[in-house]
Amino acid sequence: MWGRIITLVMKELASLWADGKTRFVLLVPPLVQVIIFANAANYDVKHVPLCVWNEDLGVQSAELIRGFAGSEAFHIVGAVWSERQARTAIEDKQAVAVLHVGQDFSADILAGKTAPVQMLLDARRSNTALLASDYAAQIVALYNARLPGATPPPVVVSVSNLFNPALDSKWFILPGLVVILSLMMTVLVGALSLAREKELGTFEQMLVTPLTAPEIMLGKAIPAVIVGLAEANIVLVASLVLFGLPFAGHVWVLELCLVAFSLAGVGIGLAISAVTETQQQAILGVFVYAAPAIMISGYAAPVENMPKLLQWLSYTDPIRYMMVVARGLFLEDLPGRVVWGQVWPMMLIAAVLLGVATTLVRRAIA
Amino acid sequence: MNRQRLRGLIRKEALQILRDPSSLLIAFLLPFILLIINGFGLSLDAHHMKLAAYVEGGGDVTSSLTEALGATPYLEVYWAPSGQAARAALDAGEVRGVLVLRQDFAARLARPARWPARAQLAVSATDPNTAALMAGYVEGAFGVWLSDVGTERALSVSGGAELEPRFWYNPELRSANFIVPGVIALVMSMTGTLLTALIVAREWERGTMESMLASPASMRELVGAKLITYFGLGMGSMAMSVLITIFVFGVPLRGGVLALCFTAALFLVFTLAQGLFISTLARNQFVAAQVAFLTTMMPAIMLSGMLFDIASMPGWLRALTYLFPARYFVAALQTIFLAGDVWPVLWPNLAGLAMAGLIGVVATLRVTRRRLD
Amino acid sequence: MSGLLARLEGLGYEFADGTTALDGLSAEIRPGVITGVVGPDAAGKTTLLRLLAGLLRPTRGRVEVLGGAPEAAHAATGYMPQRFGLYEDLTVGENLALFADLHNLTGAVRDERVAMLLEFTTLKPFTGRNAGKLSGGMKQKLGLACALLSKPKILLLDEPSVGVDPASRRELWRIVERMMAGGDMGVVWATSYLDEAERCAHVLLLHEGKLLAESAPGAFLAPLAGRVFRLDVAATERRHAVGRAKAQGGVLDALVEGDALRLVMAPGAPVPEAALLGGANLRAAPPRFEDGFVAALLQKAPELAVGELAPEPRRGARAADGPAIEVVGLTRRFGAFVAVDDVSFAIQRGEIFGLLGPNGAGKSTIFRMLCGLLRPSAGLARVAGRDLLRAASQARARLGYMAQKFSLYGELSVRRNLEFFAGAYGLRGAARAAAIARALRNFELESMTGTAAGALPLGVKQRLSLACALLHEPDILFLDEPTSGVDPLTRRAFWTRIGALADAGVTVLVTSHFMDEAEYCDRLAIVNAGQVVVVDTPAALRARVKTADKPEPTLEDAFIALTRREGAP
Repeated sequence: MWGRIITLVMKELASLWADGKTRFVLLVPPLVQVIIFANAANYDVKHVPLCVWNEDLGVQSAELIRGFAGSEAFHIVGAVWSERQARTAIEDKQAVAVLHVGQDFSADILAGKTAPVQMLLDARRSNTALLASDYAAQIVALYNARLPGATPPPVVVSVSNLFNPALDSKWFILPGLVVILSLMMTVLVGALSLAREKELGTFEQMLVTPLTAPEIMLGKAIPAVIVGLAEANIVLVASLVLFGLPFAGHVWVLELCLVAFSLAGVGIGLAISAVTETQQQAILGVFVYAAPAIMISGYAAPVENMPKLLQWLSYTDPIRYMMVVARGLFLEDLPGRVVWGQVWPMMLIAAVLLGVATTLVRRAIA
Repeated sequence: MNRQRLRGLIRKEALQILRDPSSLLIAFLLPFILLIINGFGLSLDAHHMKLAAYVEGGGDVTSSLTEALGATPYLEVYWAPSGQAARAALDAGEVRGVLVLRQDFAARLARPARWPARAQLAVSATDPNTAALMAGYVEGAFGVWLSDVGTERALSVSGGAELEPRFWYNPELRSANFIVPGVIALVMSMTGTLLTALIVAREWERGTMESMLASPASMRELVGAKLITYFGLGMGSMAMSVLITIFVFGVPLRGGVLALCFTAALFLVFTLAQGLFISTLARNQFVAAQVAFLTTMMPAIMLSGMLFDIASMPGWLRALTYLFPARYFVAALQTIFLAGDVWPVLWPNLAGLAMAGLIGVVATLRVTRRRLD
Repeated sequence: MSGLLARLEGLGYEFADGTTALDGLSAEIRPGVITGVVGPDAAGKTTLLRLLAGLLRPTRGRVEVLGGAPEAAHAATGYMPQRFGLYEDLTVGENLALFADLHNLTGAVRDERVAMLLEFTTLKPFTGRNAGKLSGGMKQKLGLACALLSKPKILLLDEPSVGVDPASRRELWRIVERMMAGGDMGVVWATSYLDEAERCAHVLLLHEGKLLAESAPGAFLAPLAGRVFRLDVAATERRHAVGRAKAQGGVLDALVEGDALRLVMAPGAPVPEAALLGGANLRAAPPRFEDGFVAALLQKAPELAVGELAPEPRRGARAADGPAIEVVGLTRRFGAFVAVDDVSFAIQRGEIFGLLGPNGAGKSTIFRMLCGLLRPSAGLARVAGRDLLRAASQARARLGYMAQKFSLYGELSVRRNLEFFAGAYGLRGAARAAAIARALRNFELESMTGTAAGALPLGVKQRLSLACALLHEPDILFLDEPTSGVDPLTRRAFWTRIGALADAGVTVLVTSHFMDEAEYCDRLAIVNAGQVVVVDTPAALRARVKTADKPEPTLEDAFIALTRREGAP
């Protein structure tokens, strides 16, 4: 039995490597994606374009505005002199925020009264608006603390960001990309290998040999797992070398988890190819599966933010588990107990999907 | 263009759409699923973020603080019995952060002399966005609490500046309001491209393209008939997406329907032409799928400003985004939905879309030569 | 323009990957007649037609249609591509309407022409039916009607008769000839059926991109006069007689034809002696197009002649008692459609058994059920005493299978393909090495072990497929349309090998829609509309339809007569 499976595996790998276009597709787009994703995908709120509408002529307002100018979060792009101009600046997207200092500001501050400062924010991009207002509040607090005669605040909350002290989005996106790209490749290779054989008629040729359905499935699964692992490692090395990510856990733990994860991916791919007839349908099937599966995995936005129904659905999504493992191992050396808690669902999903795929292929035979 | 030939070809395309469910599925089912999944799944609104809190040495907690922290809908506070328990919950991913109140927190608060009461917040920043939001919410909760307590006990500092944020266009700060219009762009670039790409691939596969090319129909008639027919279908799909956006996700439409139609029409011309272009150039399915993915889905998600702010990308990448029309479409959609018909914003984006559409159609006519070689 | 429809001058075409499809073709296409473009698959027929239709641009030489560029002649060109180019989800009427619009037909002319074509093609009752739901023959007629709508001056038909049943084939010729009557429309008819060439006024004979001959069929056959003979041989002796005849000097070609051996002698060779060849009643026969083709091929490329074959290892008598293949009441339904309806037959060991019928008759479905690729709805299909669907994988190790389409891994080398199938059949170590070495030698593949299988010429691909199917020395061999599209010499070589296998005790089940090829079989089952009409030896089948005006009917005559007789109540 193993002799026949090895024969199949060798043939699959030779097939993949023989085609120059496939070779290209396996190597180049992933690297392009690593570079673009790592740079594009960030929720960082830095250099928010800010317009200043200062009606106060005093020193106090100038001091406050210096606080904004000195902050990394904001970037002052100009001044406006009326509500209408402020509105235009935001509508035309010249500025995301307008800081409005009223004409009594300096007088109020000097009088020890509370001086209101308005911040008009373009909340179309709600996330940016919210974080920008948080930063603005911090700048104002700092300003207040420096006022002569200021009493220290009664409560100080100091914040430390564990695992990713600089709040770098790359540290969040790249471990996720290891998972996404290895999944896309395993699913695609799994789905196409069977669909191609069906389309070219070699599938039937194979079915009349003594190869059994489980042997065929294993022979198809192993090469896809190998490709998925290779893909994951390309991104892994790129993350560590090009983008200087830390790796807190053990690499071998990640690799073992990736094997379980890739098996689930292959199961999906083979199940797709068992129900499709042509490569084109298989590719379409892969996208129809992958687009939502990636979305509900927590890759781009936290699973907790989703409606309950999608959260439940995400329990069937192997990407969800692997995402936790990859991010955990890169950044925080996830404890073994937690890793195991993610691995067994993946193994369960893989077992179910491979079983389903084998059954589907068996049925396709008859 | 010969009108009779064009009419005949359009009638053929329309009949095929009606008879073969696959294009209807792509035009209506796929956008529906993508909108629902992405609209709900891509939420940056963090609610009920789990936070473990404890007092060092097991001291008492000020009950008003417990209340204040419990009152905000953004946080879900779990008072841990010990530091280890809180830390374990953080490691296991059960909570996103740990709030530690120093042992003398209550005592110092009671005597607000020179030493402030101290609290420490440690957030797991594996997801930096959520981490920043959580820090903001915790600080906000403390602020609210202090001002309440302050009025009670006259604790707070009088004087100083006080920030009053005004959130325009989206006062409830719902991320769906900007993400869902962006998802429309993603959906339309995928369906538009897939529609034509698959339809042309099918004509090649079934050998009908060969008999079309051998007929007197000109390339402009063949491409034109496809563009016109699938344009109609694509606009139908767009209309459905807009209705879902408004009625399922409750995103307000502040601009005019006319501007929306016009913008969508320009973008649709581009994506349909792009689909024709890809399928004509890449007959190999595997490569075509990769090219389609790299040039539609990825730019629409990553480089369009749908999810990630273009302004915070590095300069070379910002320059690259100008090459992908999804960028113009997303900007125009977000403006029309949330701000209204702000023509100074719309014009440049519409111009970008029109240019892209023109280039797409011309390029498609260029590559689809009347031959098989 | 001097009355010519098209002129080809030194025409050549090379694909982007560098393979040559056409090489230095010069010819003229005349109006008012049918010009046959004849040759096996990959001869360049389709490329030539596409060049004439302006769908390809020549890489060398010139092609001129109606005195100008082919693209400029589209309005006067009717073109029917190989798969008819119909929109399958449009109805017959809608397809015709589309093509009428494309040719700007309006008003009375349009109505009249559509009506005429519907009548000619007898498609009128099916106007509202989807083209995809038509039978192969009807699709072909609709494709023809669409191509004829514009009343073209030049009609290009790319293998219109592939895979349709003999009766539909004859009808197609009738329609085209009727449309040509009294006009000056010229037809270019590409075909791989050599017997169709004889109906053309003028023939371009292509082989591997080169023009082998260009003349009227009569002129082509003239040099063969007096060189073609028929010799009666005993039915059981037919295959051996071929071998004996080929060993004789002066015999250019020998093949089984009905109860007789057909011999084509080399130019100037003496009349053969009947006794020496083990037959009787030697008589001269009128030369046929295939004789001419074989003679021309052998003159140009003598190395194509079949050489000596290594003897096949004799198969042991393992299940000597039962029949090798047994089919009882086999039925397969797809939804409401009954593809195979209560079929029964048995095949003895060492027999070559043919399933003969047009595409869609159900022979492939029977075949697939026998191989265990398809589950029967009812009935039994047993191979070597076992049901392959349920049998363990060991049972499959005893059979070899060669699919209709080339179904090896095109991107892998010849050696890798052999290695894969050897491994899949459980051969390992020395046994595997020996099997591969033997296959490379026996099938003359040694010089191309490193070539990607997809890049091989068609004939070699077919040899490789057979080599892969025989690596593990199976007892039973399944062949699905093994020789469709290959040239006659390759086909002869193939059948010689199959004969040797049968002599070694291998049971062979073969499907075919080539009527003449069925002569190689020991027994035949004629399949039509899902039913086995009759099972018998070729000679007995022919004898059944012998009449006074047809003393020597062909199997095609037998097929038409038998399916009509059995089909009608």
